[in-house]
Amino acid sequence: MNERERVLRLDTAGGEGARGLNRWGEVDRHSARRPYGGLPAPGSRTPDLGGRPEYTAEAEERILGACGLMGVCDESGERMSGELAIRSMASMHDRGNGLGGGFAGYGIYPDFPHAFCFHMLFSDDVAKDDTEYYLARHFAIMHHEPIPTKPVRGIQDEPLLYRYFLEITDERLVETQLSAEDYVVHAVMDVNAHIKGAFVASSGRNMGAFKGVGFPEEVGEFYRLDEYRGWTWTGHGRFPTNTPGWWGGAHPFCLLDYSIVHNGEISSYGINQRYLEMFGYNCTLRTDTEVVTYLFDLMLRRHRLTPEFACKALASPFWKDIDLMPAEEKKLYTALRMVYGPALLNGPFAVVLGMAEGMVALNDRVKLRPLVAARDGNRVYVASEESAIREICPKPERSWMPRAGEPVVARLRGAGEPSDDRAGRGGAVGAVALATAD
Amino acid sequence: MMPSSEAARNVPTGPARKGPIGIEPGRINAGQPGTEKGRVSRVGETARIDARGVYYKTLNGQIREQIEGGATRVVLDNVNGQRYIGAAIAAQGVTIEVNGVPGNDLATFMDGPTVVVNENAQDGVGNTMNSGLVVVKGDAGDVLGYGMRGGRLYVRGDVGYRVGIHMKAYEDRRPVIVVGGRARDFLGEYMAGGEIILLGLGESELPLVGSYVGTGMHGGVIYLRGEVAGHQLGKEAGTAAPTDDEMARIEELTLDFCTRAGCDAAEALDRPFTKVFPYSHRPYGKLYAY
Repeated sequence: MNERERVLRLDTAGGEGARGLNRWGEVDRHSARRPYGGLPAPGSRTPDLGGRPEYTAEAEERILGACGLMGVCDESGERMSGELAIRSMASMHDRGNGLGGGFAGYGIYPDFPHAFCFHMLFSDDVAKDDTEYYLARHFAIMHHEPIPTKPVRGIQDEPLLYRYFLEITDERLVETQLSAEDYVVHAVMDVNAHIKGAFVASSGRNMGAFKGVGFPEEVGEFYRLDEYRGWTWTGHGRFPTNTPGWWGGAHPFCLLDYSIVHNGEISSYGINQRYLEMFGYNCTLRTDTEVVTYLFDLMLRRHRLTPEFACKALASPFWKDIDLMPAEEKKLYTALRMVYGPALLNGPFAVVLGMAEGMVALNDRVKLRPLVAARDGNRVYVASEESAIREICPKPERSWMPRAGEPVVARLRGAGEPSDDRAGRGGAVGAVALATAD
Repeated sequence: MMPSSEAARNVPTGPARKGPIGIEPGRINAGQPGTEKGRVSRVGETARIDARGVYYKTLNGQIREQIEGGATRVVLDNVNGQRYIGAAIAAQGVTIEVNGVPGNDLATFMDGPTVVVNENAQDGVGNTMNSGLVVVKGDAGDVLGYGMRGGRLYVRGDVGYRVGIHMKAYEDRRPVIVVGGRARDFLGEYMAGGEIILLGLGESELPLVGSYVGTGMHGGVIYLRGEVAGHQLGKEAGTAAPTDDEMARIEELTLDFCTRAGCDAAEALDRPFTKVFPYSHRPYGKLYAY
């Protein structure tokens, strides 16, 4: 069975529910619809209640600017309040324009550490019913609840926000012949691609993404993040340039426990997207950033590369620099660029990857977006501006400017040691083996 | 399965707390637009402003107020991320001292004053600066001296990418950048005039300078304390040994830098310099002409 058939199989197993009908076979109950939480149609303050949301039509204007991002990871696994991330992002208020803010927290659900937590955005009750039908069909729902929020000035027209703690029965895994992670990936792609008005904001274990339209500090207050505690937090303030400013389009973009916040643009989006499609990833979120999330999932989880090595594929050394390397290294990086050529990220970017094992920050190869890092004790900080780090860590032991294309990696102790079978650690052997195996 | 009571403390539960709308007052910081002024204490011609939590527009207004009110030394405490400090201030004999990390575009369009930063500075220091002096005691970020057309920038520590990009000189306006530490790629990119001196003092795992030095350079000069390999140079730049006149100029600027930034002058002049210069004044003159 190829990837595409697997996707379809999961989809059809969802029955009519995945096609816009609810469990009672009713179609499109407009009476239950809420205004969708995005920008109003240009020139109008009245939400269009007539049709299902058309995300591409929401923001036709392009506004130039710069995003801001931050990340903090406590390598000892000590948990910090989400307030740190709010304060750090609040200090970079002027980098965004209020059309998107978001956070990802890790270690925030200690009561369900092994369940996949789906953070869902629904435009209306129909989308919610359809999704719940789908989830109940494919998962054991351990617990579900609305995501707690509070009223905050600046946050309006929010979609319905729910979270579902999901487990997968062995029977389903045997039936589909998928790993639990691949099963979840297919489910996420299914929901995003086929259930109108429903989007999965995050789908990892013991983590969650909290995002929306507003300034990041407003979004953080809205989701009451100061009441969560996690060992890794990433944050993002958005200044949408090429894609709509809507709730699903705010950062971070997540798949399983990988979350990406991104400042910049991925000029190689088309190549990356086509490459990812071959591995069963559907790019449905109308943004360039999601390819980064899927590339990390592909390289770290499925191809078992180390973060350092995966980053060398995403922001690979120039050929002229490879020519200057010693023979063994030259062979390694030549193989890497040949195998992962379509994974190369072109264009200006700074990204922070949150993951179960820790955090990774990466710049493009010629440093076209800002990134500063600091360390204080067990904590590693990264941000677009040093002041955003100083806001939450006034006197770091060390602060530095990461080199272009050189990742900053924070590893949770116990969780972050790369196993020996991962390529990159063993040098050329791993990558060349991959070069021939794929 | 319901969450255990202990775990329930880890996530918000129950109805939303009552409270002010918007960001919690306790979390407001300098990044949040606001009009609340910082506390000022004035002794003679010295003014101190507590910049903690003061929005950049308000803070810059306060700095101007003090200078217009006769202050010749303005000390800013608890600065964190406020942008445009010293922007477009045209005044002679005025010093602004910054304690904390100033935001982007420090001293942009500045015309005359001296700015001293006791810690690190961020990106865009001295953007389009006209005249005056900026001394950074720590590191400075990317695009230092972007389009700078006069005055001096002294950085004791390391600097980021694209330092001196589009720097230019006109008649007696000759901008100068002196860096005590190391520089990253694209030093002097599209440089049209002025002088950059890179010293690389002390020990570091970083190379003196990154790649693409002087890419697109068509004026001005870069002096490196040490050597640069051919593959590190941009296509438009070449190297030579400095002449005696040029060495005298290097010494003059380096000694001034060491005095103001607190570096060891003997170390700074202990080895030969390399001069990086543009091959052509119009490297792209024929780019669009066939």
